Amino acid sequence: MQMTAEEKDTNRVATESNATREIFLPPERERVKDGGTPHVSAKNFSVFYGNFEAVKKVNADILSRYVTAIIGPSGCGKSTFLRAINRMNDLIPSCYTSGSLLFDGEDIYGRYTDEVQLRKKIGMVFQKPNPFPKSIFDNIAYGPRLHGVKDKKALEEIVEKSLQKAALWDEVKDRLDRNALGLSGGQQQRLCVARTLAVEPEILLLDEPTSALDPKATAKIEDLIEELRGSYTILIVTHNMQQASRVSDYTMFYYEGDLVEYAPTKQLFTNPRDQVTEDYITGRFS
Amino acid sequence: MNLGTRKILDRSFTAVGITSILLMAAALLVVVVPIFSGGIGAIFFKGTIEHRKIQYNEFEKGSRKVIDRQIAEVTPYRQEVYRILDAFEADMETMEPAEKRDYLSKYKKVRDIVAHLLGPIPGDPEPILLRYQYGTTRWEKAEESLHDLMFVTKWDYSNPEEMAKQYFVPRADEFAGTALAALFPYMEKNLDKMLLPEQTFYWGFLTERSLDAHIFGGIWAEIQGTFFLAVGAMLFAFPLGVIAAIYFTEYARENFFTSVLRSANSTLAGVPSIVFGLFGLAFFINTIKVSDSKSVLAGSLTLAIMILPTIIRAAEEAILSVPRAYKEASMGLGSTKWRTILTVILPAALPGIITGGIISLGRAAGETAPIIFTAAVSVGATIGVADVFTQPTPALSWNIYNLASEHEAANEIRHVQYGMVLSLISIVLLLNLSAILLRAHVSKKLKG
Ligand SMILES: Nc1ncnc2c1ncn2[C@@H]1O[C@H](COP(=O)(O)OP(=O)(O)O)[C@@H](O)[C@H]1O
Ligand SMILES: [Mg+2]
Repeated sequence: MQMTAEEKDTNRVATESNATREIFLPPERERVKDGGTPHVSAKNFSVFYGNFEAVKKVNADILSRYVTAIIGPSGCGKSTFLRAINRMNDLIPSCYTSGSLLFDGEDIYGRYTDEVQLRKKIGMVFQKPNPFPKSIFDNIAYGPRLHGVKDKKALEEIVEKSLQKAALWDEVKDRLDRNALGLSGGQQQRLCVARTLAVEPEILLLDEPTSALDPKATAKIEDLIEELRGSYTILIVTHNMQQASRVSDYTMFYYEGDLVEYAPTKQLFTNPRDQVTEDYITGRFS
Repeated sequence: MNLGTRKILDRSFTAVGITSILLMAAALLVVVVPIFSGGIGAIFFKGTIEHRKIQYNEFEKGSRKVIDRQIAEVTPYRQEVYRILDAFEADMETMEPAEKRDYLSKYKKVRDIVAHLLGPIPGDPEPILLRYQYGTTRWEKAEESLHDLMFVTKWDYSNPEEMAKQYFVPRADEFAGTALAALFPYMEKNLDKMLLPEQTFYWGFLTERSLDAHIFGGIWAEIQGTFFLAVGAMLFAFPLGVIAAIYFTEYARENFFTSVLRSANSTLAGVPSIVFGLFGLAFFINTIKVSDSKSVLAGSLTLAIMILPTIIRAAEEAILSVPRAYKEASMGLGSTKWRTILTVILPAALPGIITGGIISLGRAAGETAPIIFTAAVSVGATIGVADVFTQPTPALSWNIYNLASEHEAANEIRHVQYGMVLSLISIVLLLNLSAILLRAHVSKKLKG
């Protein structure tokens, strides 16, 4: 398959530091429209907890509208990196960063960056479903209300649209006023996705979104990710390698805070360049 | 340790545990049963016609017709008593001076008891104090007085090794052969016809003011005072406490200053309440002069300072127990910290905060020491809401102490003390119960 120079360029993942590594989408994944530009770019980006460097000098571009998986053994810094992108780490007093992390060319940790506005554009779904102890409706409407939507009609519209996008509408449309904690775990997690979508983010950060769910609910979430691919830039942390290979276009492999390898998913799983990556994906350690 | 020994140890521990719980329950029973029966006695008792007269004259309760009919009913029996007294008084006039003097003091006692039972004796000047304007209102008190009338209490000091022993001598013996001797059997036989005891439900005990320092009447002023003081304390302490708890949990950095504040708070929680009372007097009344002297305001502020540490601690714990995930979810949606606290953290922490608040409310209602110098008076009028800034008030806790220890007729009004104790306990229990219900309600709403 021949590619134009421009296409090659937009699909290149690695940054200047390893510019020689040109990687492409595996042919069986459809390319998305208007995607593939660097949405988040890390340049020598490190995250520290006190003196401990949990993410070490990462250089990478996250491509817009594609799904990028982050894998690696527990404690390797996956969550830390993910949470750095929407500055959730600000909640941890000892945490600080160095290097730069750009979102649409703007420094996320810039002095004038408003982290509240930033989090509106970069939404997050957590490992354990965490709906508020409020009604389903109020859960979804929480974000829009926060950002000034007051009109009842508009809110209802947003709630319906978001629930539909999260493939939950049909299951809950008759009981929007019920407490969200009454839903099943899988439904709760999709509710959290819907809640995040309701503020119309550009990027979705998913931190092991299925690790607390049963296989059936997991499949639903994976379908949902497939559905959202192409509309949102999605980053998903997972320790399940099958999941990474099923849902993602690109995969980052972290090991002890280092971004060891970053490549199209197919390539990373079938033909890893690094010995550590190979050891990990072949299950020699986990 | 082998299995057998372990089992035996387990069993014996169970036995010890059950025993100690039973002991506690028994101790509680010993305290609660008399409070309950005594307290009920303040409301449900055999009331005499004197009780009904007071109710009508002072509170306009009851019917004139019934009272007039009953007065007509008792009058002939009472007249006979007064006739005997008159006859004896006339006899005394004819006695030798020495004999007369001897009888005079003994007779005075008899006359006093009769007046105590039936009210002022016709022909005597109208007494000024309300307590002497009426006879005995409660039948069991009347029976006690009757016993006093029938018998003279004497003490046996014959054996110096032992404590003196009490014994009774019929009072009639002192008047043998005189006209008065007829009084004793007559009183014993006809007392009920002179007082007409009836089972009485006296709800007014809870809703009426007291008459003549609790000799008659109810305890409304105390109940209302307790309410004002406790609610006033809450108005100050609750918002302040919650705000302080938010500061401690969400804003304070861990540094020297914060840890000093924290330990100050813990220390305050353990300070004896009398110290708060003195502090309230010294600070609120003498230094910043919130009022010229004791007032509900000063008392409420003092109580507020006392319960503040408890409220802070309870609210802190409630806030800390809110899952971090809620906070992350809210922040992740682009909420500010303040908004997250208001819309997510506080609602989720509400059950715990409410519980702490209401338990503190109960404590504020029950404490005595902090209000001794700042708010409480032993006998006072029922005050209006507008008076809370300037006026002191009676309150249950303080008046229980006062009636039991300082009242000139403490023995006569045990039922009032029990009534107050039962009211106070009921108020505190009710508050705690409502805390439990409210908490359950809010938690259920949160859990869905
Ligand atoms: N709040 C924190 N304070 C200090 N160290 C932390 C904190 N959170 C995580 N770490 C450390 O940072 C490293 C990376 O953690 P994390 O990003 O959570 O790993 P992963 O998500 O890949 O399992 C781990 O060694 C962990 O112990
Ligand atoms: Mg993690």
